[in-house]
Amino acid sequence: MAARELASRVLGCLAVLAIIAGLGAAFGYAPREAVQGNVQRIMYLHVPAVLTAYLAFALVFVGSVGYLLTRRAGWDRLALAAAEPGVLFTGITIASGSIWGKPTWGTWWTWDARLTSTAVLFLVYVGYLLLRGMVDEPDRRARAAAVVGILGAANMPIVHFSVKWWRALHQPSTILGPEPSPIAAPIAVALLINWIAFTLLFAYLLAARMEIARLEDTHAG
Amino acid sequence: MSGYARRVWMVVWKDALTERRSKESLNVLVFFSLLLLFVFQFALGPERARVEAALPGLLWLGFILSGLLAFGRTFLVERENDCWEGLVLTPGDKSAIYLGKLAGNVLVMIVVEVVLLALFAVFFAIDFTPVLPGLAAVLSLGTLGLASVGTLFGAVTAQMRARELLFPVLLLPAVVPVLLASVSATQTVLSGLPLADAGAWLKLLAAADLVYLVVGILTFEFVLEG
Repeated sequence: MAARELASRVLGCLAVLAIIAGLGAAFGYAPREAVQGNVQRIMYLHVPAVLTAYLAFALVFVGSVGYLLTRRAGWDRLALAAAEPGVLFTGITIASGSIWGKPTWGTWWTWDARLTSTAVLFLVYVGYLLLRGMVDEPDRRARAAAVVGILGAANMPIVHFSVKWWRALHQPSTILGPEPSPIAAPIAVALLINWIAFTLLFAYLLAARMEIARLEDTHAG
Repeated sequence: MSGYARRVWMVVWKDALTERRSKESLNVLVFFSLLLLFVFQFALGPERARVEAALPGLLWLGFILSGLLAFGRTFLVERENDCWEGLVLTPGDKSAIYLGKLAGNVLVMIVVEVVLLALFAVFFAIDFTPVLPGLAAVLSLGTLGLASVGTLFGAVTAQMRARELLFPVLLLPAVVPVLLASVSATQTVLSGLPLADAGAWLKLLAAADLVYLVVGILTFEFVLEG
């Protein structure tokens, strides 16, 4: 019990330190981008947020499959604890992208491929959380949520391709693409630090939410 | 395997018989399609060019709205007279029940789609006959995609409170790829181009149908527990 609390506290401190380092890297270390100017620094929030959201939704899938196979409440708590920050980080991605899009593309929102698929992702998992709120009995809630979580994850590549063929304006993926990355080294380093910071923050939120859910379960009976 | 196919058929037959005697769903759905036609006409105005430009989207809007009504009801009938327990106690692989319910939903949707196409043909003077084979291919793939997710989520939400609110909120974002692909493929077919021009969309639809079916078959027994 004490070890768990200590681990959570250490994780929280690490996350805070990493975020401070990330802010320093984003505003101090990384150079001002030549074309877009300071606005480009939104990237250090935008890209780590979306990568963290993908990680979160992958964990929802893992938790959902784990629950259906083992029926152990811990897997369901993992799915829940990942889904909530996942929706939060998707929201941050959309909001920051919108703020970035206004000065660079001249519009808050456009029905571009990746904007649309991120919005669809957001809607799917908001639905997932709404569903969780509609059932009180834990096993029924976990099973229903797991089915929706599995379908949501299996649907991700299909959504991605359908929307991609439907439209495109967003710049293609630079870091995860097959070509060697054309990003300048300091920008890449600042991005990496922020990515680590977001992952640590997510890990802290995940652990804290799982612990809250565990306490809720034990006190509910 | 013949036992499995027989169980699928039993579910389809049972639902078809219930529907024939009660005439609950189809009558209302057909009437609903007619109402939709009026709504579309009032929303777009009398200009024919606008209707024609929006036609693929209107068709699928009609199908998905009718589908929302139809799929959400799939398992409601099972909640009366302990029928749900009967389904749970059915021996053998529970996915047979899913496939049976899915087949029933596809049949209902085919009727609704034929009626809606006929209504469009009459009220907007559109001739579908030259494009009918291509249209049938797009409609069957798209309908299977909508119905496979709709049947699964219908079962998931059947026992929940506020299910009539929750069901569309879950289903609509999940079937976005089916709608995008179906509308685009329908557009290609209606503009008189060969079906091969919509090949990429049809492949995507087929892949989506396959993924949804596999997820539905694998997870349905967990949903059925109630």
